[in-house]
Amino acid sequence: MNHMVDFRRAWPAYVAAVAVFSLPMPLAAHEGGSVAGLVSGLYHPISGLDHVLAMVAVGIWGAQLGAPAIWVLPVTFPMVMALGGMMGLLGFSLPGVELGIGASALLLGLMVAFEKKPDLRLAAALVGFFAIFHGFAHGAELQVGESGLTYSIGFVACTGSLHAVGIGLGLAHRWRRGRRALRVAGGAIALAGAWFLWKAL
Amino acid sequence: MIPFSIHAHLVTTGLGPLFDGIGHVAVTPQDLLPVVALALLAGLGGKAYGRRVLFVLPAAWFVGGLLGLGLGWAMPIPATALSFLVLGGLVAADRPMESGVGTGLAVVLGLLHGQISGAEMAEAGLGLTGLLGTVGTLFVLVSMVAGLVASLHRPWTRIAVRVAGSWIVAMGLLYAGWALRGQG
Repeated sequence: MNHMVDFRRAWPAYVAAVAVFSLPMPLAAHEGGSVAGLVSGLYHPISGLDHVLAMVAVGIWGAQLGAPAIWVLPVTFPMVMALGGMMGLLGFSLPGVELGIGASALLLGLMVAFEKKPDLRLAAALVGFFAIFHGFAHGAELQVGESGLTYSIGFVACTGSLHAVGIGLGLAHRWRRGRRALRVAGGAIALAGAWFLWKAL
Repeated sequence: MIPFSIHAHLVTTGLGPLFDGIGHVAVTPQDLLPVVALALLAGLGGKAYGRRVLFVLPAAWFVGGLLGLGLGWAMPIPATALSFLVLGGLVAADRPMESGVGTGLAVVLGLLHGQISGAEMAEAGLGLTGLLGTVGTLFVLVSMVAGLVASLHRPWTRIAVRVAGSWIVAMGLLYAGWALRGQG
């Protein structure tokens, strides 16, 4: 009789175990800075519509472009975004941050709306360029007493999850009506981006 | 890179040094994330590499921990941000690696983080029992994560692991920034 665990069948249990393992535990209850930092980092990306729309647009665009862009773009964004955050933390200056964020929603929305399919390197460079502005603006907004590391963990995880939402929505691309709906959504994101840009000017 | 004395921030379970040591990795993201990254890398590298890391990492951590316990000082904590960048980057890249290099990574990670861990435990008075609890947790954690990843066969699941690696790099970059600013 085979008593070995079949990992392919047991993966939901593993995911659940890792999730429980990752929860803030009573053990850490008096480490208020760590827990507060994590919660703050998880909340921050969804507290601003500009960031949410740009992240979701990256995911949808990746799904429209198909493999390998479907994972190259969401991999590129968090890493370059963190680089932007690090620049902010180290005191570098970056002009026109709000303009960059508004332009990111506008241009990424347009890419989705018109289903633009540029060269992968160009798409990754465009996404990476805008990621710097998002990281610079949002990656370093820590309240006094909170842990920078747990804030970073929450911030990156939430941003990555927004990409995953975009990819999930983008899977509708395989159906004709889904493709149309995605293009409409891209148009709406572009309009919102134009509004953010207008406010920043 | 100048050694300095550790200001203990270990949390206590109230169940004694063994359980404090067991819980230590779970509530210390500075240690947990690089270990998870190494376990992901070990899983991507296949069953043989996974088995090697399963034993090498806890052993190296134990040796590093003994050093930390004995000396009472450790590398500056910001140096651990490098672990995030190197290991997360290797997971994201998912390139074939020589077995010696892979094993060496487990040794370096174990010695570096083990020493910091040991120094914290010396400060908090957990001693060898606490260190053994931590080493046991590492064994369980690596076996679960590496075993899961080694069993993945569908292409998208491997990509998901690489995405996790990129997240760890991103967290490491921000952590390095905070640490350099003194708010890590």
